[in-house]
Amino acid sequence: MSKDPIILEDRKSFVLLNEKKQNNTIDCEKDSVSGAVSQRACVYCGARVVLNPVTDAVHLIHGPIGCSSYTWDIRGSLSSDEENYRNSYSTDLQEENIIFGGEKKLEAAIDEIVETLSPKVIFVYATCVVGVIGDDLVGVSKKKSKEHNIKVITVQSSGFAGNKKDGYKAACHALLSLMGEKKKSDEKDFVINYLGDFNLAGEAWIIKKYLKEIGVKTNVVMTGDSTCDQIENAGNSQYNIVQCAGSMTYLAKQMQMKYNIPFEQVSFFGVTDTANSIEKIALLSGDEAIMEKAKALIAREVDKTNAILDQFMKRLRGKKVAIYVGGGFKAISLIKQFRDIGIESVIVGTQTGKKEEYKKIRDLTDEGTIILDDTNPSELEYFIKQTGADILVGGVKERPLAYKLGLAFIDHNHERKHPLCGFVGAVNFIKEVDLTVNSPVWTFINEQGGEGYEQKELYQLERQSL
Amino acid sequence: MSKRNYTNLNVNPCKMCMPMGGSLAFKGIEKSMIIIHGSQGCSTYIRRHIAAHYNEPVDIASSSLTEEGTVYGGSSNLKKGLKNLIRLYQPSVIGVLTTCLAETIGEDIQGIIREFILEEDLEDKVHIIPVSTPGYQATQYEGYYYALRQMVENLAEEVAHNEYINIVVSDVTCEDIRELKRIASFFSDKIIILPDISDTLDAPYTSEYSKLLSGGTKINKIKLMGGARATVEIGALIKDAYSPGKYLEETYGVPLYKISVPIGLEYVDEFIKALSQITHKTIPKELELERGRMLDGMIDSHKYNGEGVGAIFGSPELNLAISSLCIENGLTPKLVMTGSKSKKLKEIIEEKAKRFHMETIVLEDSDFSTLQPMVKQCGINILIGSSDGKFVKEKVKVPLIRVGFPIHDQIGAQRKLNVGYKGSLRLLDEMTNTLMDLKHDDYRDRMYDDYYTPLLKA
Repeated sequence: MSKDPIILEDRKSFVLLNEKKQNNTIDCEKDSVSGAVSQRACVYCGARVVLNPVTDAVHLIHGPIGCSSYTWDIRGSLSSDEENYRNSYSTDLQEENIIFGGEKKLEAAIDEIVETLSPKVIFVYATCVVGVIGDDLVGVSKKKSKEHNIKVITVQSSGFAGNKKDGYKAACHALLSLMGEKKKSDEKDFVINYLGDFNLAGEAWIIKKYLKEIGVKTNVVMTGDSTCDQIENAGNSQYNIVQCAGSMTYLAKQMQMKYNIPFEQVSFFGVTDTANSIEKIALLSGDEAIMEKAKALIAREVDKTNAILDQFMKRLRGKKVAIYVGGGFKAISLIKQFRDIGIESVIVGTQTGKKEEYKKIRDLTDEGTIILDDTNPSELEYFIKQTGADILVGGVKERPLAYKLGLAFIDHNHERKHPLCGFVGAVNFIKEVDLTVNSPVWTFINEQGGEGYEQKELYQLERQSL
Repeated sequence: MSKRNYTNLNVNPCKMCMPMGGSLAFKGIEKSMIIIHGSQGCSTYIRRHIAAHYNEPVDIASSSLTEEGTVYGGSSNLKKGLKNLIRLYQPSVIGVLTTCLAETIGEDIQGIIREFILEEDLEDKVHIIPVSTPGYQATQYEGYYYALRQMVENLAEEVAHNEYINIVVSDVTCEDIRELKRIASFFSDKIIILPDISDTLDAPYTSEYSKLLSGGTKINKIKLMGGARATVEIGALIKDAYSPGKYLEETYGVPLYKISVPIGLEYVDEFIKALSQITHKTIPKELELERGRMLDGMIDSHKYNGEGVGAIFGSPELNLAISSLCIENGLTPKLVMTGSKSKKLKEIIEEKAKRFHMETIVLEDSDFSTLQPMVKQCGINILIGSSDGKFVKEKVKVPLIRVGFPIHDQIGAQRKLNVGYKGSLRLLDEMTNTLMDLKHDDYRDRMYDDYYTPLLKA
């Protein structure tokens, strides 16, 4: 047995100590180490999170029940109209389907959906098993598309065929195959697509409102509160702006090739990023009026927001944060956002970060920061203790770990029910940080720990009673 | 009626997969770890669900099968995974649960484990228990019992007769297990609870965090199960092939008492009578008083409950017990729905309901898309089941009492007491109060609309 029980030999290259003088790098974009208790999910998961917010499509999971059960309506994506997407459809494959093949059941399932719902689009997700038994999903989809005159689109998301970000790609392919031809347009307004926002707690609406105020029209948000019609029409925009880089940069690149639509990265997390992104979009429009309005909006909102943030910042000075999130771009955004409110990041990790993103993280953070790719609870526990972090940012699985370690926690996942983007999000964010890190509960833990009564005091009491 | 709306589709499932059940079972064993043999997502989804329900860190490893492992076999992946998790956690027991993927590519996990133990010289150092849990074979319900059965098959030994009583528990809460222990302690201080999640999934805060908790059923206790006085298996409906109690009876001749989850007067009585019978001890005064208090509480609330028309959903065992509690108090369990297959569930509930002139519709192998329209049609005014019912709650606007697994939209699932006379009465009070709120909350407006508005128009 190894003498080092914290970091497995196979994991050492995925852990980096930021030493500014040495140009050290981190390993990433590799398969998870077996048995290491990775926090990652699978290809199917990636596809499902990206595509699921398409509100009027039917999302049909071809496989045994688990995949459908665990992903049913657990995310906070909102719709302004239809809610087909909140249902979880599964072919619920049984043993005999595995032996004799599941194509017949899939066909029958599509027929039933068409009969009862007559949707415009059905996304058919492949799961691990159907990838192995070799069901011809593309064949079935083609056949059924023709038969019912609707779009049945295969999502190549067999769980084992890569990791979560391959699922993003599969979702992007599905979205691309839904998009129609570019129309000749005499549109004079500046029209953009907003990629990589899933309308959690209305976040896409918040951003759309900013854009509307400065005179920028949003054609479609992908995929938050989007409809199949809107996605079909996505090729008719002048620009793509990309918020969630991990999931949607690929789509933006593909759309650039297919429709000649350029794209630009934005971030609406934190005051600085939000203001910069609005300014960036205004500049892209090349329209003076838009630029003027953007300036006015930024001036108004930044001052107003900073005034609120200032009240909280005094209470947060000197706190340290550990970040463990899905994508590299989100981690970068968070480092900046925490810095804005006076909190330094001592641990930064991601599930699917890329080389260049880790380089950026290294540049952004201080010497001594721990950088982690595809980490696990053992490493998190070790480094949290070592760095003395006060706050952990993560998802549902990380929350109990933080609490058991006596740490404040920020939910930055797809299940939350309050917006964290834009100016309103920046306020929500600092309020949440303050609420958790300055909660009275930590006083009891810091002063007495979990065990409570010190033997010494009891002993003294006994002595007195004698 | 027992079929779903769609015949080739499951829409909004009321079931999970076998490895989920297996994981929950292993979580109740001392110093145990789990590795799920398959692709990464399965372990992550299962961890997410268990962590959200219990608010506890839940470490479950994955063999992280990729394309290569899928094509050429996952043996080396699984061995490496076992090696790594032993290094990180030093567990005494490891449950190896298969997924759809591993089963379909035909992984021989028993063989792989045998090889691994030899190669690493681990005999007697760690118990590695293979459990075949393909997601397409059954549900989390069967997966749970089957994992327990495999533990017993792998660990129980030919031992001399002893004084222990085995209690195999169903999907109850941590607080429930504490209550079962308390009740059992009136009869014997030699009780083996399998599995015991009361400490492992409801651990107190301590200054030192330990990622592998002691607490949970001890291995040396499982070894003794074959020589026990009797097994009380809380699992009235589970098939023999999945039943650990049945295995102990068949292999070691341990008398088996198969009972329902002790919720509701009749089933709590049944549990206590079984203990009394096994130990030849009379039922203590304390429990008699608790029974009396429960009856008193039932009388207090019977009229409110009589107006209740419930829809109950979740795993078969809890469905049965909760339906029974409802029926005993005049609350009609009009709809009972499970995603698992269980003919027996239907038989028992219908018979019991008939005794009190109630009609019920039992849907087995069903889903929420079937239940949802029926909730309206049947005039349901209370939903009882897991958080998965929140979709129906939101759409049909009927209150939901959360019982079972998963409960991920509320806090305190592990602390809810539902079993025993105390727990039954607590749960009943929760139902009664919900029904009372329904009656009282809009009382003034309703009466105004019903009687004053017509007066104005007259």
